Amino acid sequence: MSFPWAEQYTPKNPVMVWIDDKLPLPRLAYNAVGAGYPVPRNLNYFWNFGVLAGLALMIQIVTGVIMAMHYGANDLVAFSTVEQTMRDVNAGWLMRYAHANGASFFFIVVYLHIFRGLYFGSYKAPREMVWLLGLVIFLLMMATAFMGYVLPWGQMSYWGAKVITGLFGAIPVVGEPIQTWLLGGFAPGNASLNRFFSLHFLLPFVIAGVIILHIWALHIPGSSNPTGVEVKGPQDTVPFHPYYTAKDGFGAGVFLIAFCALLFFAPNFLGHPDNYIEANPLSTPAHIVPEWYFWPFYAILRAFTVDFFFVPAKLLGVLAMFASILLLFFLPWLDTSPVRSGKYRPTFNKFFWILVIDVLILGWLGGAPAEEPFVMMSQVAAAYYFAHFLIILPLISRSEKPLPLPGSITEAVLAKYGKTDGATVAVPAE
Amino acid sequence: MAIVEHTDSTGLSGDDGVRRRDFINIAAVSFAGVGAVAVVLPLIDQMNPSADVLALASTEVDLSAIQPGQAIKTTFRSQPLFVRQLTEKEIAEADKVDASTLRDPQTLEERTVDGKKQWLVTMGVCTHLGCVPLGAGEGENKGEYGGYFCPCHGSSYDTAARIRKGPAPKNLEVPKFSFTSDTAILVG
Repeated sequence: MSFPWAEQYTPKNPVMVWIDDKLPLPRLAYNAVGAGYPVPRNLNYFWNFGVLAGLALMIQIVTGVIMAMHYGANDLVAFSTVEQTMRDVNAGWLMRYAHANGASFFFIVVYLHIFRGLYFGSYKAPREMVWLLGLVIFLLMMATAFMGYVLPWGQMSYWGAKVITGLFGAIPVVGEPIQTWLLGGFAPGNASLNRFFSLHFLLPFVIAGVIILHIWALHIPGSSNPTGVEVKGPQDTVPFHPYYTAKDGFGAGVFLIAFCALLFFAPNFLGHPDNYIEANPLSTPAHIVPEWYFWPFYAILRAFTVDFFFVPAKLLGVLAMFASILLLFFLPWLDTSPVRSGKYRPTFNKFFWILVIDVLILGWLGGAPAEEPFVMMSQVAAAYYFAHFLIILPLISRSEKPLPLPGSITEAVLAKYGKTDGATVAVPAE
Repeated sequence: MAIVEHTDSTGLSGDDGVRRRDFINIAAVSFAGVGAVAVVLPLIDQMNPSADVLALASTEVDLSAIQPGQAIKTTFRSQPLFVRQLTEKEIAEADKVDASTLRDPQTLEERTVDGKKQWLVTMGVCTHLGCVPLGAGEGENKGEYGGYFCPCHGSSYDTAARIRKGPAPKNLEVPKFSFTSDTAILVG
């Protein structure tokens, strides 16, 4: 796939020849993640996060399937079966803590993966489809994470379900029937818990399917790289295996060390104590907050406190929250600069970092209580978020004068290591 | 539908160029489409509240123990229900407000039963995002307007449980209810 000089799979073992003839699955793996996939030679560690996200999904599926073996999806027993998993099931505590913290790590690596895409312009032609599919995965992840958080049937589970399904109730006319339909009742109950369990089990496999499409779409143009200059010939690439399997393997080691540090030493650091109280429809926790990975979006939701033009504030907040993600689907066409990498775009670079800080502030505000000065700050930060994508980005794409780009990936690599002699352009080592 | 053009050697087409096969094609695919919609309907409808959930759709509440100024929290359709007996002062406060200036204009009369203005029956569900407002229990924060206060996003309701401040768009919902005797109501 991808480049004409990609090595073709040539099995020598007669068994492999026989298999390749009947079902070329080894060939597929070889072309996708083996020596048959040439990759730009200059990828930095930011290019690890796709593989790490895949690893995080595997951890979630394995621990999740195991958790499902010990879980009872019924509002009478759900809370106690989760406690039972924690206390009585052999290694149940490990499975549950790994699953709960695994979700956080999944979002950490995905957010870094998105950060990489935004900074290095990976969403631009010819990789728009890769970006769009990535956003679909992100939306599916959010739905899965939300429904998973309801399953332990603690106070935060219950009230989170109530608040999030309440968002749909903001839609005029059809909102309330939709909310009742989603919940299977007038408030979260047994019916809601059961359907959330069913979908929470299903969606990760849908995610796995969209990941296959995401990788497929990536392999048509081939991977992007930190210079944003397209591959020009075989000297610009190295085979995925062993070069990037090794580099990703190292990244996976670092990832697992960080994961284990949280898992074994502070497993409840990212959780909420209220979720160890069983769901009680008659008592709202004093401070309802979603999990940290939803905070920026929650801040945008709460930023709307007054009605505009007869549109109620509640509906505006809901629309803005969904718009903040849907907006990203238009990013490849909002940023019209032909230069991909933020490294060579001095103006973009500055505004990019302001955006990163803005999103971090939104995240902090989403976790803060709904009172002043946080509400006002959310309004400013949310407004800036939209302004960045809708006004600033299109403007700087037009006016900015980019820095000179290197002639090729190889030239950039050699320049970095002080070898400017273009005549001895290296052929990658075998 | 892509219909492959053939030179018609069968003589089946009419004068208008429409072949019998075109009709069969459209009819067959339309029929399959109707069938698909018919199958999707129950697939969607199964997610609506089931009969056992709907069966719990009405609740009887005994009012005899509620003194003026007191409120109770009970449940209706597995959601909190507030039943409050207003004091004279609270009624006067609610009546003093010009309803047309409110976000969700309603008078206390419109929110209560004729002649029993002191009985305020509302859902205990904030119309913003569904939290349970405070104010029904003894000593709870009633907010600046002396009715209910939602701790989640700071909505304040007045003594007639009308929205006065904060993000909630509507007054606390008054469910359908009727007096079955002087001291009992049937909600739903």
